[in-house]
Amino acid sequence: MSQSYNRGLIEDFGRWKEFSAGMWAWIFHKFTGWMLIGYLFTHIAVLSSSLTGPEAYTNTIGGLESLFIVRVLEVGLLAVAVFHILNGLRLLMVDLGVGLEAQDKSFYASLVLTAIITVASVPTFLDGVTL
Amino acid sequence: MSTQQQQPEEPQSQEAPEDPEMRGAESPVDEKEKQGGDIDQQTTPEDELEGETVHIKVFRYDPEVEGKQEPRFDDFHVPFEKGMTVLDAVMYARDTYDSSLTFRHSCRQAVCGSDAFFVNGKQRLGCKTQIADLEQPIRIEPLPHQEVVKDLVVDMDHFYDQMHTVEPYFQDEDTPNPADLEEQRQSPENREKIKMSSRCIWCGACMSSCNIAAGDNDYLGPAAINKAYKFAMDDREGEEIKEHRLRILEQEHGVWRCQTQFSCTEVCPKDIPLTEHIQELKREAVKKNLKFW
Repeated sequence: MSQSYNRGLIEDFGRWKEFSAGMWAWIFHKFTGWMLIGYLFTHIAVLSSSLTGPEAYTNTIGGLESLFIVRVLEVGLLAVAVFHILNGLRLLMVDLGVGLEAQDKSFYASLVLTAIITVASVPTFLDGVTL
Repeated sequence: MSTQQQQPEEPQSQEAPEDPEMRGAESPVDEKEKQGGDIDQQTTPEDELEGETVHIKVFRYDPEVEGKQEPRFDDFHVPFEKGMTVLDAVMYARDTYDSSLTFRHSCRQAVCGSDAFFVNGKQRLGCKTQIADLEQPIRIEPLPHQEVVKDLVVDMDHFYDQMHTVEPYFQDEDTPNPADLEEQRQSPENREKIKMSSRCIWCGACMSSCNIAAGDNDYLGPAAINKAYKFAMDDREGEEIKEHRLRILEQEHGVWRCQTQFSCTEVCPKDIPLTEHIQELKREAVKKNLKFW
């Protein structure tokens, strides 16, 4: 057979517009998973300041919480964690073979719930922050 | 990346479709191509055809023709008829305008699985897809994630290799003596269980839509796993054969590669619940390994 044409990865990545619910759920789940792992290290780094003493820990936390950007990132962190939990439950159902025909609807539901919870958390997270 | 051909705003008039010169391999068009020239237009302009027409953009590639070694899209305008399918449209384009347009097709009724194309961004069977349901211009490309041999024809070797890996044939633990051969009866319930999985027509649409299969050449893919499901869930094969099948499936590039993206289930032209079957085999594999007696 003569040579054949391999359309390659570049064209493949250009197909993201053709993704459907299940594919987006997978991408978001991977993305939020990596974000949470990244946060875990940050979290450990902040907590480790308590090894120096109670004051060092208090100062670190206080310093971070006084920053507006940190408060915004916390809202983002909540969104990421909530989506990962909800989609995780959805995947648990998929693994058990429950409600597979509604897998797209359950993905949309987890997105909507995440949005509601995130919006509801904004006043709490941004309480008393100075720009 | 394929290059998309720009269609001129005012299509140049050209040979009428009845012109015998437009047919055959030695048409002026092919002459032009051999010289590496681009063809601006291979179609009858819309206004020359009476009645409603369909605008299709077809992926073209031919390693043996100088002008087609760079992939591109050709435009065709074909007369629309009620009930027309994508396959009808490309066949009309081939028979009327460009006999070098190449694609696989056979039964025209969604049984042979030859004509799976990538139509408007989705893997579909050409013969089962109604033109009326599609947005125009209709983009018709070969199946993604498979190498293109020519135009809409992709290399299916790898797909068939994966299908054969799962031993897609009935195996019996103890073949009865030919003297006392009996019917091997299957319960209606068991038949119902494997009914959907037995509908597979080996078209390759699911494998082409699966992003995991695209990134992992060793992954069995939804079609092969579904084929294995058909036999593994068949009560007539017996426990030992079922275990043997599960051993094939539970390997690294077997069922565990599935990330439940549901792409395969969405594109399957025979509506086989592929993801459901893969998930069930995952559970079976776990159960088998937890069994310590």
